[in-house]
Amino acid sequence: MITRSDVLLDATDLQKTFGNGVRAADGVSLQVRRGETLGVVGESGCGKSTTAKMILRLLKPDSGTITFGGQNLLSATGSDLRALRRRLQLVPQNPQTSFNPRLIIRSSIEFNLRAHNYARSGWRDRVDGLLTRVGLTAEHGDSFPHEMSGGQLQRAAIARALATDPELVVCDEAVSALDKSVQAQVLNLLADLQQELGISYLFISHDLSVVEHISDRVLVMYLGRVVEEASAETLYTAPGHPYTRTLLSSAPGYTGEHLPPQGEPPNPADPPSGCVFRTRCPWVMDRCVTERPLLGVAKQAQYVACHLNDPHLRDTTISSSSVLTEPITSSSDS
Amino acid sequence: MATLDAVSGPPGTAGLSTTRRRRATSNRRRLPIPAKIAGVVVLLLIAVALAAPLLAPYDPVAGQLGSRLQPIGSPGHLLGTDGQGRDILSRLMYGARPSLLAGITPVVVSGLLGTTLGLVAGLAGGRTHSVTMRSLDVLYAFPAVLLAIAIAAALGSGINNSIIALSVILIPPVARVTESETARIRSADFMESARSSGAGWLAIAVRQVLPNIAPAVVVYGTALIGLSLVYAAGLSYLGLGISPPNAEWGVMVSDMQKYLYTAPTLLLVPAVAILIASVAFNMLGDGLRDYFNVRTDVR
Amino acid sequence: MSVSAAPTATVPATSAESPVLRVESLSTSFIRRGKPLQAVRDVSFELRAGETLVLLGESGSGKSVTARSILRLHGKQATVTGSVMLGDVDLLTLGDAPMRNLRGSRMALVPQDPNASLDPLRRVGHQIAEVLQLHGISSSRSVARARALELLSLVGIPDPPRVFASYPHELSGGMRQRVAIAIAISCEPTVLIADEPTTALDVTVQAQILRLFQDLQHRLSTALLLVTHDVTVAAEIADRVGVMYAGQIVEYGPATEVLQRPRHPYTQALLGALPLPGMARGSLRAISGAPPVAGTAFSGCSFADRCGAAVESCHQQAPVLITVQRDHRAACPVLNSPSNPADSSKEGSR
Repeated sequence: MITRSDVLLDATDLQKTFGNGVRAADGVSLQVRRGETLGVVGESGCGKSTTAKMILRLLKPDSGTITFGGQNLLSATGSDLRALRRRLQLVPQNPQTSFNPRLIIRSSIEFNLRAHNYARSGWRDRVDGLLTRVGLTAEHGDSFPHEMSGGQLQRAAIARALATDPELVVCDEAVSALDKSVQAQVLNLLADLQQELGISYLFISHDLSVVEHISDRVLVMYLGRVVEEASAETLYTAPGHPYTRTLLSSAPGYTGEHLPPQGEPPNPADPPSGCVFRTRCPWVMDRCVTERPLLGVAKQAQYVACHLNDPHLRDTTISSSSVLTEPITSSSDS
Repeated sequence: MATLDAVSGPPGTAGLSTTRRRRATSNRRRLPIPAKIAGVVVLLLIAVALAAPLLAPYDPVAGQLGSRLQPIGSPGHLLGTDGQGRDILSRLMYGARPSLLAGITPVVVSGLLGTTLGLVAGLAGGRTHSVTMRSLDVLYAFPAVLLAIAIAAALGSGINNSIIALSVILIPPVARVTESETARIRSADFMESARSSGAGWLAIAVRQVLPNIAPAVVVYGTALIGLSLVYAAGLSYLGLGISPPNAEWGVMVSDMQKYLYTAPTLLLVPAVAILIASVAFNMLGDGLRDYFNVRTDVR
Repeated sequence: MSVSAAPTATVPATSAESPVLRVESLSTSFIRRGKPLQAVRDVSFELRAGETLVLLGESGSGKSVTARSILRLHGKQATVTGSVMLGDVDLLTLGDAPMRNLRGSRMALVPQDPNASLDPLRRVGHQIAEVLQLHGISSSRSVARARALELLSLVGIPDPPRVFASYPHELSGGMRQRVAIAIAISCEPTVLIADEPTTALDVTVQAQILRLFQDLQHRLSTALLLVTHDVTVAAEIADRVGVMYAGQIVEYGPATEVLQRPRHPYTQALLGALPLPGMARGSLRAISGAPPVAGTAFSGCSFADRCGAAVESCHQQAPVLITVQRDHRAACPVLNSPSNPADSSKEGSR
């Protein structure tokens, strides 16, 4: 059984609404345990990047709490914040622009070392070591970003993230901008590093296959809400939420059920009432219009935010929406 | 275990060592020819100013009343003499000193102060930004020349006061350029990494932002030198700068003004000197802008 | 160096019809910094009515340049050689004016970024109508408008009148792409070229767009040339696949063949690099190195320095496309000799 002490990052009920009325995060909660990879998947506008930014304190949530290693991340200031930042790092999406174009890679990595008062005399060796660890050479360290390819830069970004021995690395679409063949290299590298160093990852991506490959557990987000949370394997073989099923079905080459998405994505500034997915859901009920579904247990370690998952509903006859194929009857399996 | 990629670089440079490759890349950005010429002119001006005591054939201050208003090309006086018999060429050379000084110093001073203000305003945002920029706007709203005159008049004549006045009026434009550049950089992707690194704002400002805004500021500053030079000459012309009988280009224009109908060419000499100097600095600034405009810039 | 496809270009087609588009020995080069840059090298393929050919490749492979060269969109910047036969007309020999007439009417492009291809200042419906009138399909504005509304509904847009009157920024990415497709098919082109049409879209919308392409093909018998880097898109929609690497086609044939029984190390590696469920973490078959920068010249096989099956001769001699079976060709003599193994992988990259 997973104990509380294993939880490294604990975010509860994060809310963030932007000036234009878009509710980027509407009650998002997540936990990342030590040595684990939590994947967050969703399409554009689902709020996954916003959530990542809030966790990194690049954005301030309107409400909610975030603790890291037991310490309150949101209220930390000064040297406390700095100490927390040392343990929580970022690998950003776009390798070409995530480095300062006027600095050589080495300088960019040293910037992080300087920020945490690492002894200057040790910088050279440490940076060289990091570069080697990610498969680059000292020469790469002396190069400018524009002299390097996307794959090389992303490795450099990983090296930079590792510079301060972090415990959790947020990968925000870290492989999305790479060619598939290069993507595989970087994914292998991330996996190796996790095994060797025991770091946790918060892996954010729109690519379901990548997320499932690298994650232990996965969060599925839609319009600012978490609609499902499950282990990677369960998600792929027995998805609980209608949106997850639609997402899987849309992945080209998926050989499971055929569930095409209906309708158009709604306007994020004016989301539907009740369940935000109801306008595209094949099993929508009256209840979905008025009442927002909360994350509830579907199976062991699988949580789904859907009225179809309601235990009461499971007890009664489900075929009320008779035109459609059978809804989820997950509890009857276990 | 992930393996290495070949080190890549611009086409044609594969296989070169890093230092040679970097030199090969930077060689591709050159100053355009006009800017090179302008650069040479600027260096010449500075050299002449510094070496005036060695180069000038005559004393710039003492005139020989016997040879007043000699035209250009007179024997012994290449550029003629002024109304008090002083050799114009010598006065021009000695005059380069205060003129260039009053052109360059205010830009350096306002550059340092303006850049600091712009950086702080750009990075701080919120109230600090508003207060700083709006205060500068107030200053900026005054016509520069009038403000310079007012300050110089208030402080009294003399080249130092001119420099102070010009430094003050140049702070707002420099701060504006710096602030807008900083605002552009602030939203760049790499700033997210910089902020999440845990570094303080000072370190971010100096080590991440400054290298990116420096080219724009340098280019702008170089062009400002030309402007400052003209303003300084203007102030001297009005009697607010350097005091006679010292040589300075603006003062020389003012002196020769009364001979506009009798010896107009003599008036041209200091005027053309001012023109050449300010144009040279402007062209150098333009050239530097092209020189810095390469891939290393933030997109 | 060049990959010669001449002997195989005359392999009999699988259907009795002759191809609507026939590209032979297409090569495109640009001048960069005074030096020639060979982006596409000796590419040949055919396209039949109602068929989808996917050009699959990563960055620098030359796939987009190929598509644009067929439409002669590079203008004076590029030198294009070879022949591109649309029916019995060689597009490369046409004058500018006839080519312009042809573009949009008999051959149309669906570009990658719908934001860039739609005029932000004009209503969407008018942009469609304009194309119709330009190519003389519709004689008057009212006729063009009616046809535009039909087209909008044909591409699956709900409420065509509302969308007709909308500006691009008022529509979602998926809708904009549908509008771009509507513009492309407005004159019922024989050949539709789509350059990464789904890359900028969410996966759910992507699925809908791909289905739309298939639907349109059934209805209009349009031939579709689709350029993409996404293998799964190829798997979904392709009848035939041409895998491109470093400006050349390295494997070519029916989709089922190429994607399930690949005969070129690069194709195999590309398919092996995909994270599929059940694969242990850290075990993806990565290819060491990176795709070469467009225009890099090679003395032997362009893939040799990343290839697990490479032998000495691969670095010296440029491979030619070898017929594996019937319509399936691969440019690898190592895998396709009499005593060939079915698979190759460079273990050093794991």
